[in-house]
Amino acid sequence: MSVPVLERLTRVGPPRPPPRRSTRWLATAVVFAALAAYPLVLGDSNAQDIGIQALTFGIAATGWNVLGGYTGQISFGHALYFGTGAYTTAMLVRHDWSPWLAIALSLPVAATVAVVIGYPTFRLRHHYYSIATIAVAEIVLLLVTTTAALGQASGLELPIKEPSLANLQFSLQDKRPYYYVALALFGLVALAVMVFLRGRAGCYVRAIRDDQVAAAAVGVPVQRYKMYAAVLSAVTTALAGGFYVMFVLFIDPPSGLGLDLSVSFTLMAVLGGAGRFWGPLLGAWVLVGVQFLTRQQFSGSGRSVDLLLYGALIITIAVVEPGGIIALIERVRRRIRRSP
Amino acid sequence: MTDVLQALVNGLLIGSVFALVAVGLTLIYGVMDIVNFAHGEMVMAGMYASFFAWSVVGLDPLVSLPIAGVSVGVVGGLMYLGVIGPVLGKSPLAQVIATFGVQVFLRGLAQFLWTPDTRTVRHVWADGIRLHIGGVLLGGPQLVMAGGALLCTLAVAALMNRTRLGGAIRAAGEDQAAAALMGINPRRMYALAWVIAGTATGVAGGLVMNAYSASPTAGVTFVLMAFVVVALGGFGSIGGAAVAGLLIGAVQGVVGRYASSYTLVAALGIYLLVVLVRPRGLMGTR
Repeated sequence: MSVPVLERLTRVGPPRPPPRRSTRWLATAVVFAALAAYPLVLGDSNAQDIGIQALTFGIAATGWNVLGGYTGQISFGHALYFGTGAYTTAMLVRHDWSPWLAIALSLPVAATVAVVIGYPTFRLRHHYYSIATIAVAEIVLLLVTTTAALGQASGLELPIKEPSLANLQFSLQDKRPYYYVALALFGLVALAVMVFLRGRAGCYVRAIRDDQVAAAAVGVPVQRYKMYAAVLSAVTTALAGGFYVMFVLFIDPPSGLGLDLSVSFTLMAVLGGAGRFWGPLLGAWVLVGVQFLTRQQFSGSGRSVDLLLYGALIITIAVVEPGGIIALIERVRRRIRRSP
Repeated sequence: MTDVLQALVNGLLIGSVFALVAVGLTLIYGVMDIVNFAHGEMVMAGMYASFFAWSVVGLDPLVSLPIAGVSVGVVGGLMYLGVIGPVLGKSPLAQVIATFGVQVFLRGLAQFLWTPDTRTVRHVWADGIRLHIGGVLLGGPQLVMAGGALLCTLAVAALMNRTRLGGAIRAAGEDQAAAALMGINPRRMYALAWVIAGTATGVAGGLVMNAYSASPTAGVTFVLMAFVVVALGGFGSIGGAAVAGLLIGAVQGVVGRYASSYTLVAALGIYLLVVLVRPRGLMGTR
């Protein structure tokens, strides 16, 4: 489903009737209710871990989706923003800052990084842009690995504190508070992203994705709107990084800035459905779930079946339905509706 | 002064290997507009082929180069038939993701079949060679790797630019419909491009076994450089890849002499600098 935005921007005549808002809001409310009920239905520690990780990476992949899925700028360096959030939060918390303040402060830092990197790299098109994002992220990873203040290759550990909401640390016996904090953060992200995409910005960025030259020709300020998308994208991914480091209480270059991490954000978004709001969260849930289950089944052998399954899953989705699981569901639903 | 010269020579030697690895990548891109993220895993497959030719039959990596080339050529052909063919004409993101899937799958397969252990070929013939030229020492394995890589790069360039087959492949890449009207079967040409790229990459994998060890993640070392080399040279340009490979190698060699932890930073930095001044790379046309 590629929305012919350009057509919409340039069309003369009466606009199409808007989609029914009430059903859309109802669907969103139902999804959030299901997410809120999840840890109450599945109580065990593994299910909690899956939920927390899926929400964290779901937030990061939702951030990727704003720039990659909606604006069409395919970044393979988003771990840079995740790491910016994680490292800024870790440094400040080690200096006795409140984790909430630390995470909040890491967001403008990530936004600044996005602007500084976006300014030169957004002139590059297609694959040149993608490879440049890899290069930038790898350079930062290598620099962090040699910087003593950031713990070099051995990483940074965070102090364990009294479990409380203010300290953003909870008992490890019952991780539900972590889950609900992650869910609240996801709600915040959902609101910001939906507001961004509903308005003029959403229209413009989709136009840039579909055809940058044509978009510029009808008067879309291309560079400026790429930058807006990049900032929202970076801030969202950094938020995930900040929460992640508070949950794990440890960060090192591969887990915060690695290429594999960048790629996993992309894969999650595409698996669920790039350019669709719920795609990244769905993809994150599926990938995190698959990883947990396969590791549990085949742990200890050293021969990882999880990579094989994971690879096969990605190939299948790319070949069968590049629109992701959501597009697949829509296709099946349409087919059912057509046959009586 | 000799120190710098030595560093430069070492860099150029490894740079020619980067060039050969990049040639396969840029060939696929030039013909099909696809960036193959599983390219490092193709190098890895060549390395394993070379290792097993040594451990099972006792062949030196130089002797088993054809085996490594043919096996990875087959891998490339299968990859086209199984994954790339079906996603041709779909969105660019789908194509990228498909090759990512192959990357993860091949890495997983290597880990499943051969465990994460590193495997090294011992006592390669090339170890016996040593050349001193004006105070600069040329190690056998490095010399053999570089020489083989340069020859193979030239062979691929000649095949693509000088033969009717190469012309047909390039024609199919430029305009599928027009090529079909001229009696060229585009799909067959695409498959052939994958086989050629696979063969070249397999030979690269076999060559590096003279100095490196095979493991499921061995390809990562080369593929990151290959991406940078391809983009620096200009996507799709074989000559650009060769020049960029040597340039990146030289920069790495010289920087490595003074600050060994910043070699990769320097290589990536050069790429960013060039591409910001010239967004199409050194010799790219698109």
